[in-house]
Amino acid sequence: MSNSVINWFKYASPATFYPLAGRLIPWFSGLAVLLIAWGLWIGLFVAPTDAQQSEGYRIIFVHVPASWLSMFIYCVMAFWSALGLAFNTRLSGMLTAALAPTGALFAFLSLWTGALWGKPMWGAWWVWDARLTSQLILFFLYLGFIALQSAIDDPRRADRAGALLALVGVVNVPIIYFSVQWWNTLHQGASVSLTKAPSMAHVMLEGMLIMALGFWSYAIAVVLTRVRCIILERELTSEWVKRNAVD
Amino acid sequence: MMTGFWTSMRRDLVLATRHKSEWLTALFFFVMVTNLLPLGVGPEVSLLRKIAPGVLWIGALLSTLLGLQRLFSSDHADGTLEQMALSPVPLAWLVAGKMVTHWLVCGLPVVLMAPLLGLQFDLPSRSLGILVLSLLLGTPILSAVGALGAALTLGLRGGGALLSLLILPLYIPALIFGAGAVEADMAGISPQGHLSLLGALLVLSVFFSPWVTSLALRIALE
Repeated sequence: MSNSVINWFKYASPATFYPLAGRLIPWFSGLAVLLIAWGLWIGLFVAPTDAQQSEGYRIIFVHVPASWLSMFIYCVMAFWSALGLAFNTRLSGMLTAALAPTGALFAFLSLWTGALWGKPMWGAWWVWDARLTSQLILFFLYLGFIALQSAIDDPRRADRAGALLALVGVVNVPIIYFSVQWWNTLHQGASVSLTKAPSMAHVMLEGMLIMALGFWSYAIAVVLTRVRCIILERELTSEWVKRNAVD
Repeated sequence: MMTGFWTSMRRDLVLATRHKSEWLTALFFFVMVTNLLPLGVGPEVSLLRKIAPGVLWIGALLSTLLGLQRLFSSDHADGTLEQMALSPVPLAWLVAGKMVTHWLVCGLPVVLMAPLLGLQFDLPSRSLGILVLSLLLGTPILSAVGALGAALTLGLRGGGALLSLLILPLYIPALIFGAGAVEADMAGISPQGHLSLLGALLVLSVFFSPWVTSLALRIALE
């Protein structure tokens, strides 16, 4: 391949991706700590008290970014799954497997913080509302994916079966979402929408976006660390691991 | 192609008639679960009538799960499945034949039994018709989506529990619209919207599922 063409597949090999991930992890970890600290400071000290929900609303600084990320990570998983099935790259499957626990964690965090918020606001830990229910189902989808992957011993089959499941899941998520939406809805509308002006104070939005970026950095750092472990596990017998990684 | 479909379907039907206990167990499971519920919540007629659509639908959901595990496992154990994957007939057609048989054996008896159980829950007769219609549209979805789960979990440890973990979340839309149609009818609203959506889900799942399931089977057979 000539030098003028970018080699898109350079980092598709675990051998080249492993050191790259190792170099990126400290940056994203540091960024995560800084952004989350900044976001929490805005959320807890700078942002004004809400007129209707008083101090209780402050949990959205954790709740909303966690919910965003749980949904986004599932899409990323589906993306890598499609790529893995199409190009038969090993790394895609490893990345998908590394993403799933983080996604599940955020889905759980979103449900948990939602329950904590729901108790003072709605007077109930849990209501059968469309958005809560579909978030719960997303959590189930993550669990199903993790369970399937851990039940299969052969990593190649685990990757491909998981990829298929993630793709079927991502097709089903909108169907499930709308079916649950028609079934029942009580949740307040989306906090942030791209099409209409935000209905909240700027400083609140700012805090939330910073928190979201901080969570992103955290997710990237954790996923890269996990994918490095998976790479080592699977490539333990290969030459490059023996040469470089095991010091 | 069509002959492959018919052959696969006929073969599974013959097998099913020789192992009657397999699908009868699923049917009795359905009867049993729905009959346990009044014992749990009490015999109050208005309450039973209210929960009937959901109970009957969840019973149908769980009882189709029972038959799913066996959909491919015996063929996998004796190597038939590999021969199917190697045959010149597209695997998706053979899989479609197996799915249709699964529905005929596990889904259809449930549909036929449902109005009888509905009477126990004191459903009005018009709603019984809607219940049968919604199950008639809905149970093929369960067979089609479930086959994918069966293929993904083929030959795995704890396959049955894993299968339900994977598949039950995907059953939710069918459950909502199926039970919703009956509830709407009982509330005096037209169930047509629910039934149309159920029909749409049916078309989508029956069209795509054999293809995706055959992909999953090829992954499992590698």
